[in-house]
Amino acid sequence: MSRLSIDTPNRAQTVVEGLYLDLERRIASSPPGLCPVDMALGFLKLSHAQTCGKCAPCRIGLGQLAKLIDDVLSERATLETIDLIEETAQVIADSADCAIGFEAAQMVLKGVRGFRDDYEEHVLNNRCKAGLSQPVPCVAMCPAHVDIPGYISLVHEKRYADAIRLIRKDNPFPTACAFVCEHPCEARCRRNMIDAPVNICGIKHYAATHALNTQPRPREIVPTGKRIAIVGGGPGGLTCGFYLSLMGHSVTVFEQRPELGGMLRYGIPRYRLPADMLDNDINIILGAGTGIEVHTGVSVGTDIQFSDLVDQYDAIYLSIGAHIDKKIGIEGENSDGVMSAVKMLRDMGEGNPPDFAGKRVCVIGGGNVSMDVTRTAIRLGAKSVTCVYRRRVEDMTALSEEIEEASAEGAEILPLQAPVRIEADENGHVTALVTRPQRIGLVGKDGRPRPVNAGEPDKIIPADVVIVAIGQGIDSQAFEEAGIPTLRGTITARNDSIVQDAPKVFAGGDAVTGPSTVIRAIAAGKVAAANIDNFLGYNHIIDAAVKEMPTPKLSPTPACGRIDLRRRPAEERKCDFESILEDMSEADVLQESSRCLRCDHYGFGNFKGGRCSQW
Amino acid sequence: MVTVTINGVSVQVPEGTTIMDAANAADIPIPSLCYLKGINEIGACRVCCVEVEGENRMVSACNNPVKDGMVVYTNSPRARQTRRVNVELLLSQHDCECATCVRSGNCRLQSIASDLGILTIPYHKDLTKGLWTTTFPLYRDPNKCIKCIRCVQVCEKVQSLGVWALAGSGGRTTVDVSLNRVIKNADCALCGQCITHCPVGALRERDDTRQAFRALADKDKITVVQVAPAVRAAWGESLGLKQGEATMGRLTTALRRMGFDYVFDTTFSADLTIMEEANEFLVRFRSGDCERYPMFTSCCPGWVRFLKSQYPQLVPQLSTSKSPQQMFGAVTKSWFAQLLGVDPSKLYCISIMPCVAKKAECDLPTMENEFGIKDVDLVLTTRELDRMIRAEHISAIDLPEEACDSPLGTGTGAGVIFGVTGGVMEAALRTAYYTITGKNPSPDAFHPIRGSASIDGWTEHEFDINDTKVRCAVVNGLGNARKLIEAILAGTVHYDFVEVMACPGGCVGGGGQPIPFDQHDEAEFRGKRLYALDRANYLRFSHENPEIQTLYDRFLGAPLSEEAEKLLHTDHDGWYMPAAPEGYDNPDSNEDY
Repeated sequence: MSRLSIDTPNRAQTVVEGLYLDLERRIASSPPGLCPVDMALGFLKLSHAQTCGKCAPCRIGLGQLAKLIDDVLSERATLETIDLIEETAQVIADSADCAIGFEAAQMVLKGVRGFRDDYEEHVLNNRCKAGLSQPVPCVAMCPAHVDIPGYISLVHEKRYADAIRLIRKDNPFPTACAFVCEHPCEARCRRNMIDAPVNICGIKHYAATHALNTQPRPREIVPTGKRIAIVGGGPGGLTCGFYLSLMGHSVTVFEQRPELGGMLRYGIPRYRLPADMLDNDINIILGAGTGIEVHTGVSVGTDIQFSDLVDQYDAIYLSIGAHIDKKIGIEGENSDGVMSAVKMLRDMGEGNPPDFAGKRVCVIGGGNVSMDVTRTAIRLGAKSVTCVYRRRVEDMTALSEEIEEASAEGAEILPLQAPVRIEADENGHVTALVTRPQRIGLVGKDGRPRPVNAGEPDKIIPADVVIVAIGQGIDSQAFEEAGIPTLRGTITARNDSIVQDAPKVFAGGDAVTGPSTVIRAIAAGKVAAANIDNFLGYNHIIDAAVKEMPTPKLSPTPACGRIDLRRRPAEERKCDFESILEDMSEADVLQESSRCLRCDHYGFGNFKGGRCSQW
Repeated sequence: MVTVTINGVSVQVPEGTTIMDAANAADIPIPSLCYLKGINEIGACRVCCVEVEGENRMVSACNNPVKDGMVVYTNSPRARQTRRVNVELLLSQHDCECATCVRSGNCRLQSIASDLGILTIPYHKDLTKGLWTTTFPLYRDPNKCIKCIRCVQVCEKVQSLGVWALAGSGGRTTVDVSLNRVIKNADCALCGQCITHCPVGALRERDDTRQAFRALADKDKITVVQVAPAVRAAWGESLGLKQGEATMGRLTTALRRMGFDYVFDTTFSADLTIMEEANEFLVRFRSGDCERYPMFTSCCPGWVRFLKSQYPQLVPQLSTSKSPQQMFGAVTKSWFAQLLGVDPSKLYCISIMPCVAKKAECDLPTMENEFGIKDVDLVLTTRELDRMIRAEHISAIDLPEEACDSPLGTGTGAGVIFGVTGGVMEAALRTAYYTITGKNPSPDAFHPIRGSASIDGWTEHEFDINDTKVRCAVVNGLGNARKLIEAILAGTVHYDFVEVMACPGGCVGGGGQPIPFDQHDEAEFRGKRLYALDRANYLRFSHENPEIQTLYDRFLGAPLSEEAEKLLHTDHDGWYMPAAPEGYDNPDSNEDY
C-alpha cells in the first residue's frame, strides 16, 4: 500500500451521483396534488438510506417511523399511532447526533404537525383528505390555465396562428406574455424528469411574433344588451372585457391614463416589451366581439363617480392595479432628485423620459422593478447606476436572469447595504445615498435569512439621482369611500372575484392581491368574465375553435438540451430601448417544441385533466 | 386511407384508426383489460402494448392511431414479454381464488392469464384489507379490482353520476366511492352499469341465491316467482342458449323444477301498471299538472333514485304508480292470497329482474302493507337466476316449454315491451288512446316514440289523440336523462309525459343482466327480441289482458280506485335517498375556473 493515494470515485459512486441529479430534477417537477403523507414517507425512506448507522435514534428510529407511516397509509394504524410518530420524531430530532438524523426527523415533525388532518383521515377512513389530482403540470401551474400542450403541438406543426388562437381562449395577451411572462408553467414541467423544462415561453414567443394580427375565428355573437363597466384598462380589465364582449355583452373601459395597457405600458420598459407588440394584443382585444368602448384619461372618483357606474351598468369589474409608490421613510427622501420607480416608469410609458445623461444613479430595492429602473437608467445615458439592496444578491426577489443582464449592461449591484439617509446640497438636491453595511444572519420566520447591522462604518455613495423601488400600493380611496370593502388599501374580493356586500361589483388583479404578475391579472380577468356572465344570467361558452389538434408522438424525444432565447449582446442592447430578445430560428422552435411530453395524452392526462377545449 | 403492416400483414385502414382496430381489421386481435370504446381509452392496463418500428418505447394499441407506413409487431419477443409481465403484475395484486369467484369463466383477466400460459406468479402477493358493506345491493371486492377504471368512466360519462373515483395515493391507488364517501351515503342509482362493465369480479350484485334456496326449502312457505319482461331476452346467454332457444316457456319449466310453487310473469303487472299509470297521466294531464313539467314514469327504481338525489324538486312529477315488480307483489299478497285462502305471510314472493336497483326497491319502507308484509320478499338478478339454474344442474336446452300459472301469468305485448326503452310510453299510449277515444289504435301507431341504446340524447314525438296533443319524450341512460332534465328546467323543451330508463337501452341493457365477454350491442339485440314477442302476441293492449280485467272486476274495481290507490300507488317521499354532493358535476359550479 502506498502511503497516500488520490481519491477517485468508483463506478457505483459515479452512477449514484448521476441518480442524485435525476432525483433533484424529479423533485423539482413533482406534480401538484399528491398525498402529503405518502410523500413524507418517501422522503423519510431516502433519509434513512443516508444514515451512517452509528446512533440509535437515526439508525433505528427513522426505520420505525417509516414503518409507522406505512401503517397509517395501509389501514394498520390508530390515532395513537400518530402520537407515537410525533413523539418518536421529536426524540430523534432532539437526540440524533448529526443532521442526517435530526433534519430527517424534523421533516416528519413538520408534516405530522402541518398536515395532521391528512394523517387522521388515513387512519380513520383510509382516504386522502387532500382530494388527489394529477393535472397536466404546466396547465395547472399557469394561473390562466392556458392549453400549453395544445399550443406547443400546434407550433410543432408550424400552425402558429392556430397556436395563438388556442392561447387566446384563456389569455388574450399572448404577444405581451411571450415577452414578459414569468412562466410559472415551466416550474413543474415533467420534462425536467428527463433533462430540463420545456422552454414554453420561448415557444410562445416564436409563435406570437410569427403570427401577429391573428384574429380570433369569427363566431356568432348575439348581443345581450347587458352593459358592463370595467375600471382600469390593464391586462386584467382588458382580459375581462375581451371575454365579456365575445359573449355578446356591451363593455366600457374607464382608464385613468392616456392609453390602455396598465402596467404593461406604464410599468414595463419597452426593451422588455416593445410598444407595437403590446398594441398588437390590445387592438385585437378591442376589435373582438361586440367591440369595446374605451374612455381614457378618466379617473373614477374625480371625473366620474362610482355611484354613477353602479346606476348605469349591470355589472362592474374593478381592476385598478397597484400604481402608487411606497415611501422608504428615511431622512432626505424629499430631496430634489429622489423619485419613485413607479413615477419614473410611468413617465417613460408616457414618453417623458427623465434626463439622466451623465448622472450618477442609485436605485434602492431588489425586485424586478428595481431591475427595470436600473436598466432603464443605463439606457438613458446615466454615467453610473448602482443598485443598493440590504440582503444578498441571492435573496433578491428579481429574476436571476434580470440581475445578470443588468450587471452585464454595466449596473453595479451592491448587496448588504441598508439605506439610512439621503444627503442633499444647500439647494436641496441629492448628493449621495448613505448606507449601512449589513451581515446576513439567522433565518427568519419567512424562511429568508435576515440582514443585521455589520457594525462597520456607513458607506457614502455619491449620487445625483436616487430611485426608490420598494414596492407599490393601491389607490383604492375613491372606492373605499363608495363603500367597497378594503383591507390596508387592497380591495377585498373572493376567489370568484365577487365583492361581498357590493351587488354587481367584481374585482381582481393587483388591486385585490397586491402587486403580482401579468398572468395572474389575466387569470383574474378570465375568472371575473365567467362569473359576471353567470351573474347576468347567462352561461356563454368560450372555446378556441381550433380543429384537428395534432396527435402526440408515440415516443418522447430522447434527453436533449433546452434551447433558451438568446439576448442581444449587452454592449449593443444597453444603448437602445429595442427588445433585448433575439428570435429563435425555426429549427430551434421545432426542436424545442418536440421536447413536450404531452402530459395531456400520456399518463393521467388521457383519463382526467387532459386538454380543456372550452370554459 | 393509410397502409400499415402488422406482424407482416399489410392492411389499409382509414386515417385515425387505432392500432388495435387496425390489427382487428387484419384479424390480429390484441388483448386488453381496460379498453372500452368511447368510454375508457386511457391505456391503463398496458396489456395491449405493441412494438412499433422506429419507436423506442412500447406503444399502447388501444389509444394510439396508426400512421401511414407504420410497422407493428404484436408478438415480438419484447411485446410478448411486456404483455406477460404486466399481466403477472396485475395478478400479484389480484385475489386469484377463481374457484370461488362469481366471474369465473367470464373473466377477462382469467382468460388472458390462461391464454398466456401463466402458471406461477413471480411477484410477492400484495392484497389489501378493504372493508365493504354486505347489505348494500352493490358489492365491491377491492382485492379483485385491477384498477382498469372502467367503472369510474361508465358511471361518470354514461350515467353522469361520478359515484366512483380513484382513491389512495401512489402505489396504493385504487378505486373507491368518490369524495371520501361510503357507498350507503353516496348518490348511487344502483343501475349496476359498473358491474356489467367490470372485466373481473370486483363488482357484483349482493348475492341472494342462498336466501332463495332457503325459501324454496321451507315447507311452510308458498314460493311465488315473477319474471320481468327483459329477463326472457337474455337469460340463456350465459347458459349457452341461442336467443330463440331461451324462451319464457323453458324458463318457466326450469323455475318449476327448482321448486317454485307458482311461476308468474311480471308482464301481467306491467299491464296493471299501464292501467294505473295511463289513467293517472290522463287525470294529471287534464288537470294541468303537466303544463310546466311533465309526468315522469316511475317503474325504473334506478331512475327514481337518480331523480330523488339529483333533482329532488321534480319528485312530485313522478307517477305515483308502483313499478310492475311491486304491483305484482302487492296483488300477490292480497288478491292471490285471498284466492288461495291463505294468510299473506305464508307467501314468499321472489322476482327475477334484469336490475340491481330492484333489490333496494323491494326493501323500501313504503313497499309493504299496513301489517308490515313486504310486497316482494327477494329480488334476484338474471345473473343470479342463471347461477341457480347451473347450481341445480338443470340442462335448460333440454327442457320442455310450459305455460305460466294463472291468474297472474298472462301478459300482453304491451307489457313485454316494458323491458326496452320507449316500451312503457308506447304501451301507455296504446291504452290512453283507448281511454280517450273508446277504440283501439293500430298497435304500432306509437312506433315513432321507440328509443334506442345508441341514441345520444332522447326521442320525442307529439301525438294527436282526438285533437288532444300529447308531447312525449323517451330517454335511456342517466347521462341522457340529465341532459333532458336540464333542457326541461331551462325551458328549452316541454313535454307532457316522459319515460326514463336508467340503463342504456332500457331494462334489456340492465345492470342485472348477463355480462357479455366482449361488449357489443346486447341491449339492441335483446330489445329486438322483445318487440318480436310483442308482435307475436295476440294481446297487444294492456286493457285487453283478461286476467287484468278479472282483477279489476273482482277485486280492485277500477283504475285509481281507493283499493288500487292503496295497493298500487306509493309515496316517493316516504324514504330517504342520499343527495347529490354539493357543487359536484353541477354546471353552475365555478370550481373549475
